[in-house]
Order: sequence, then structure tokens, then C-alpha cells
Amino acid sequence: MAKVVLTLGDDVSTDAIYPGRFMATVLPSETPQFCFADLTEFNRALNGKQIAKGSVIVAGNNFGCGSSREQAASTLKGHELVIVAKAFARIFLQNSANLGLRTVICPTLEAKEGDELELSAAEVQNKTSGKRFPIVPLPKARQDVIDAGGLIAYARKRLVERARRA
Amino acid sequence: MGMTVAQKILARAAGLPSVKVGEVVEPRVDLAMSHENAALVMNQFLEIYKETGLAPRVWDPARIAIILDHRVPAESAKTATNQKRIRGFVKEQGIAKFHDVRADEGGICHQILPEMGYVHPGYVVVGTDSHTTSHGALGALAFGIGATEMAAVWALGSVLNVEVPDTIKVVVKGKLDAQVLPKDVILHLIGRISAEGANFKVLELHGPTIREMSVAGRLTLCNMSVEAGATSGIVPADEETARYLREEAHLAETLEPVVPDADAAYCQTVEIDAAALAPQIACPHTVDNVKPVTEVAGVHVDQIVIGSCTNGRLDDLEVAARTLRGKRVARGTRMLIFPASWRIYRQALQKGYLADLIDAGAVIMNPGCGCCLGVHQGALGDKEVALSTTNRNFKGRMGNPNAEVYLCSPAVAAASALTGAITDPRG
Repeated sequence: MAKVVLTLGDDVSTDAIYPGRFMATVLPSETPQFCFADLTEFNRALNGKQIAKGSVIVAGNNFGCGSSREQAASTLKGHELVIVAKAFARIFLQNSANLGLRTVICPTLEAKEGDELELSAAEVQNKTSGKRFPIVPLPKARQDVIDAGGLIAYARKRLVERARRA
Repeated sequence: MGMTVAQKILARAAGLPSVKVGEVVEPRVDLAMSHENAALVMNQFLEIYKETGLAPRVWDPARIAIILDHRVPAESAKTATNQKRIRGFVKEQGIAKFHDVRADEGGICHQILPEMGYVHPGYVVVGTDSHTTSHGALGALAFGIGATEMAAVWALGSVLNVEVPDTIKVVVKGKLDAQVLPKDVILHLIGRISAEGANFKVLELHGPTIREMSVAGRLTLCNMSVEAGATSGIVPADEETARYLREEAHLAETLEPVVPDADAAYCQTVEIDAAALAPQIACPHTVDNVKPVTEVAGVHVDQIVIGSCTNGRLDDLEVAARTLRGKRVARGTRMLIFPASWRIYRQALQKGYLADLIDAGAVIMNPGCGCCLGVHQGALGDKEVALSTTNRNFKGRMGNPNAEVYLCSPAVAAASALTGAITDPRG
């Protein structure tokens, strides 16, 4: 079970997730402090460890649009948040798979803050409302990377294989 | 079934006779571009090599470009240290296409790549910047990727797991009004198909209006194609592409233009009547909140910005200089100019544009991303309004979530500078 800790609308940009003024901070170990920095209360709750790992952000269409900044994925990953959105922007979805941030595409989801969700491979169950909503599988190109435990591990495997052949 | 430009480029780069939409391929990369975020790419690159026993070496130092542009000169000790680390890595790895904070080589990455002739038609170009789509203006397939994805490219030379995208065909016909610019065409398109209308898709741009447009204008179109969510925007290479690369980028190599097959399959076709277009404006806080400028005329503006990777080219500065020559920026409004590169800065200096703008009260900034991403140089105050030729107006984009940003062409920005309010340049 995972609790919905934040609900957002369409077109949440990477500027909203990780404002440009913190872009000089790049390392995944350092980016989590600026997660949704302009949503000051939410950011304070995250940094105060008041939000459990595995908690869910529910969003509309085009989540993560805009800049390719990977900090937007690493800042969310740092708090082990799960993003359930109607649809994601391409680069953000790719960065999430690469860093192991869990993203779920659920176009019909109805959920509000405080609801408890059960996430499975095929559907999202809203335990609070009792309703079930189907999940759209991630693009298959991303699944190999996710299965390998992220792009660092996947690329490392490919690099070693190549070196062995050479 | 024939192939689109994106399919043809991916097929060649993946060593396949043809590719289908949805197929997963691993195209080899012709050019890999990063800016200050190379600091993160370096970190992830070294992670990939950890415990492999292999010495970290980039796959091809001649195919990597690093341009310092986002925070130049450095606004903080942290940025300065990142830039210092990048210089060290560049030296150690022998990366030749490095552009430092220098007036004899610097500028914004999306201007440096074209003007240096680094991008050829048919290339696969990846960049750790979403506006890498710009380079489709030269007939390349160019798209943004994250830093870890780039680290894998540096190590392996190909992009892992690319799904062949669908393509939307955009046909633009008709003659643009003298005060209606390429920026208005792309703002109109984004408004029509929405900020996610081309998500996971390529925009292939056709039609007589595009054919007659300079590479500078095409760069504006392709630059903002990502604001409709597009993986890439592409103008198939033609005579103008060749002219630009020969005359302006001084490229001597043979070019291999890629054009779509006559029976290529498109998922959608969008037609635009350029002759009917009014100057457009994207209102706060999304890029697809587009209206004809007349609908918001009269809104007071505190800061006007002309420049950036979208509209900081010589044509754009000429529009501004012509409008402001012998006149003054309205009191109560400040105006910042960011040329897209130092080459453009110098050209604008020689043509007298910069003097015209300075005499009018505009502040000429050094080439770079400047205030566009809200890091330094020209942040907005609470409740202030900016009118900008840049490409994003998200809440907080210019460094202040309590401010508003409108996006427009250089013609609208310059006309508005004279009045201090949003103004239709057609009078």
C-alpha cells in the first residue's frame, strides 16, 4: 500500500520539480534537498523525513515536460517517491528508467491526497475508493534497462561484453 | 512502405536497410553534445567504468562537443568548480570540440554547433539539453537525452534502446507578413497541437514557407519543437542547408541530404496557412497557452529579453535594432539582449546593431543562456512581467515563481520595448 502525498495537474515541468536555480547541484546524493523547492510545504515535509518512502505523487498528462535535466528524476528518486501519471514526457520517462525512479502510466486514475493505492503490474487499485484502474505498460525499450537495475548497470554490462569480444 | 527522414537516419545509423515505427534500435551517434551538465555526465561515465577493470576512455573524442553556456561567466563557486572539472576532463580525454568562456570561440551550444559546421544532414545528434531538437534545422535527427544516457553514449558510442518514433508531417504554405516571423509559426503550431501533441514523435517540416526560410529561422522552429513534446523537429536538407553549411559554417565536406520517401507514412498531417498568421504570444505559464498578440496587447512589461538559442541570431538582432534605432526603450521597462554566440555578437557590433540597441537603453549581455533558465543575469522581481523571445514560460522559469513570462518573436518584443506594454508590431 502506498499513500498519495501530492496531486498535481497536467504539464508539470522539470522546472517545477527541480527549479533551474539549483542546476549547479548535480550529484544524485545532493539533489533530493531541492525536490519541488517552490512547493515549500511539500519540500519541507520531504526534507523533514515526514513522507514515507514509496509514497505516491499523482499527476495528469505530460509529467516532466521541458528541460532534460536529470536532477528532476534523481531528486524524486532520492526520496523513493513513485509517480503515477496519465502520461509522461519522453526525456523524463527515459531518465526515470535510467535512474530507477518508479513511474506508472495510468490514464484513467482517480485519486486524491490521502488515498491509499495498491500498485501491481497491471493495475492501480484505489483502496480508499475501491476502484481499479488499468496501467499502460512502459515503452518496451525502457524495460530492459529497468530489468537490469538502471542504465549504469546496463551500460556497464554492455561495456564489459564489448571489451571481452575485442 | 517508404520511410520518413527520421526512419532513414535511424536505419543508416543502426546499420539496417529499413526500420519500422516502434522497432527498437541502437543508432550510432555522430555527435554528442553537453554543456555545464557534462559535470554530471562525467560522474555517471566514471560510475559505468567502476569495477570493470577498464580505463575510462570516451569512445571517440572527436565526436563529443562540450560548450559552456548555461552559467557563464560562472555565477557561483559551485558552477566555477564544475566548469573547472569539465576543463580537466576535456584535456585528459582529448575532446577537441570544446568551447570555453571566451569571446573567440564561445556562445550557446545550439548556435555553436551549426555555425562551426559540427552538424551535417543525416547525422544522429544527441545532447544533454532538451533544445538539441534545434539541429534538425540542418536535416539531422537531433534529440535531447539525460546525463546518464549521455554517459552511456560516451562509453559505447551509440544510444541504447531507441524506439523508432512516429512522424507528424507539418506543411506550411503562404507568405508571412513582414512583421510575422518563424517564431510565430512555431508558437502557433504548439498552440494548435498542445505541449504534448508531438510527445514521442518527430515533426517533419515541409512546404514553400519553410523552403524559403533561412537556416536561422529553421533553427527557431526546430528549437521549439520540443515544446510540443517532439523527440525531434526536422527540416529535410535542401539548397539553403547546403548554402548555410558552405558559406556560414565553412564546411568543405560532401553532404548527404536525407529526404523522405514519396510514400513515407505519417501518423498525422498539420497544415498551416502562413499568410493568415498574426504575431503570436505564449501566455503564462505554459508554452501552449498561445494567442494572437492582439488579445493581450496593452499588458505592462517590466523586462524585455531578446536572445537565447531560440532568437539570438543576427536576423533577430537586426529586427530589434531596426525597430529601436533612434528611439528609446520606454521608462519603467528594461531590455536585455543575449546574442546567441560571440560570432553573432561581433557581426552585430560591426553592423552597428549593438550601438543602436545601447543608444536606445538596452543592456547587451554576454552570449549565453542568461536569464532564460533563471540562474543568473536578469531574474524577475515579485509580480513582475517579462516578455521574452526565449522558449519557456513555466512558473519560476526566470528565477521567480511569483513572476510571469510571455513568449514572443523579436518583432513583438522590440515593438513592446518602445511602449512598455505588449504591442502588435504591425501597428
